[in-house]
Amino acid sequence: MKKLCVVLDEREVQDNPYRPDMWRIVRRYPLTNDVNFYQARPVEMEEALKFNYKPGQFVMVSIPGEGEAPFSISSTPSRPGMLEFCIRKTGSLTETLFEVKENHTLGVRGPYGNGFPMDKMVGKDIMIIAGGLGAAPLRSLLLYVLDNRDQFGKLTYLHGARTPGEMLFREEFIQLKEREDLNCLLTVDKDDTDKWQFRQGVVTELFKHVGPIDSKNTFAVVCGPPVMYRFVMPHLVRLGLPKHQILMTLERRMKCGVGKCGHCAIEYLYTCIDGPVFTYWDVLHMKEIIGRGVSDKTVA
Amino acid sequence: MILKMKKEDLSTFLDSVKEWGELRGPTKKEGRVTYSRVDSLSQMDLKAARTIIPPKKFLYPPRFTMFDYDQDGYTERLGDVPKRVLFGIHPCDIHGILIMDKLFLETYKDPYYAERREKTLLLGHSCIPDDKCMCIATNTDFVAEGFDLFFSDLKMFYLVWVGSTKGHDLIRLKPELFSRELDKNDILNYTEYRKWKNSQFKTKIDLTGMPDIFELGYGSPVWDQLGDKCLSCGQCTMVCPTCNCYNVVDEVELGALEGTRDRFWDSCMFREYSLVAGGHNFRDKRSDRLRLWYTHKLQAFIGEFGKPACVGCGRCVETCPVEINVVTVSTALKEQEVGK
Repeated sequence: MKKLCVVLDEREVQDNPYRPDMWRIVRRYPLTNDVNFYQARPVEMEEALKFNYKPGQFVMVSIPGEGEAPFSISSTPSRPGMLEFCIRKTGSLTETLFEVKENHTLGVRGPYGNGFPMDKMVGKDIMIIAGGLGAAPLRSLLLYVLDNRDQFGKLTYLHGARTPGEMLFREEFIQLKEREDLNCLLTVDKDDTDKWQFRQGVVTELFKHVGPIDSKNTFAVVCGPPVMYRFVMPHLVRLGLPKHQILMTLERRMKCGVGKCGHCAIEYLYTCIDGPVFTYWDVLHMKEIIGRGVSDKTVA
Repeated sequence: MILKMKKEDLSTFLDSVKEWGELRGPTKKEGRVTYSRVDSLSQMDLKAARTIIPPKKFLYPPRFTMFDYDQDGYTERLGDVPKRVLFGIHPCDIHGILIMDKLFLETYKDPYYAERREKTLLLGHSCIPDDKCMCIATNTDFVAEGFDLFFSDLKMFYLVWVGSTKGHDLIRLKPELFSRELDKNDILNYTEYRKWKNSQFKTKIDLTGMPDIFELGYGSPVWDQLGDKCLSCGQCTMVCPTCNCYNVVDEVELGALEGTRDRFWDSCMFREYSLVAGGHNFRDKRSDRLRLWYTHKLQAFIGEFGKPACVGCGRCVETCPVEINVVTVSTALKEQEVGK
């Protein structure tokens, strides 16, 4: 075929937003009993070099014959060429994914979603609060801030898990405690190993150990089970953080990732294109963001 | 561009458009009106107020294959869509398609919808409102865009709106049937027709202030009462011209290595709609799901686009087995009481 005079981006010419590209799993290991870690890269080298994303975005992962579902990205765009994500065994697709080994291929499309507003967060203090699986998307932000450390102010990472065995990236985060350029606080609800050397109690307990906060200059980013938002968000408001600087990232059922299938709708917004990152103000004025009852009775 | 055509010439004209693609029009069989394949005008029922399923089914079929897959990846299935001419589409349904266009053709253009839209010509036709029509309340009783041609039946003749270059191409198949000469009487006839149409509506519904009423009524017991009645059958979503939700599944063929990725209509009334991995359901209760649908149509969409995602076609009124529809829900919210 003759080449056109104007070089067109291939993605724009044959634009099918639903077509997955083939990616190869290059690394895989268990993080906990029911969560696996995956590192993948596009089969095509050119795709690998082109692929770019923002912390807080997600991809749609497919297994031919099993289907497709959204997964948040756990890696940072500051380490390009590959993607990392966590998969918890919960349904038929994730059970199959859980068994997929290195060198096998998967369908991947994306990245999708708004991601964290990095342009607004630059220069600010960053406080990251992760509960359980919430660490998966927040690790992307944490690594991104660490990789661009001079661009941000004080960095605090709070992470709570039920037990030491259920803490995602446990060894990695324990190593971070050695670093002097961030304050990394880890806690478990219950230590069933008798070997846990760090704190015990729910994640909100960690706020006592954070030290003074320059609240107007801080962005807090929260991700965890719905019940966690109920306690953490009002706490951050009491600490004096502006509501639009309290961010959260949401989970919803999605079939397209591009604002068409309707499943992730919340009032007039779609979690997939208008989210998954929302602010606490969104939570207060849109009633169904973190589930029934959460914001119904909260006035301030 | 507005042209004039003699009524008796419609049949000849429709015969000529079959050259472009297969002709579909509203037909009545055993009391049910559907868009079916037709050979001529004589087979169509142009008096029917509405078809059971809106014309969205031609642009966005209830089920179709998006991709064929094998070990090497996914190959899109495009290009096998037939060219069609849909005749007799009413203004409300064209407004419904305009809402679909916004959703499917703007951010992240949907190639499947785009292809069918491209290969489907929409020939609108004026209508006579029945007791369920409420397009006057949603401001969709007339339409100015979205169609290729639009025929307004003014008793003695047709006024024909030409809405696209493809519509103009159809005119050019039989240019002798159309005239550009419109006089004072034509204008008077048309204004008279509009007045007459406006006087035909029997459903009394007023949607002004709906976003505020929904906001105020978010926690109202009316939703639970409606939820108790609702059967979660999802028929309202299937017949609604602006419902676009879908689900996707992989169908396995030939021993798991090959298959298709299929897309089919889904409904937010179904329990699994907002269910996520791990079992958490964001809308477990029927009242929650019902409220999502009506909030989307009558509050959220107005906030976003300045008009409701209801085109007043009356299909929910006709279809819902327990009389939950735009009229009864908006009235219940306003009066804080679910009618009998």
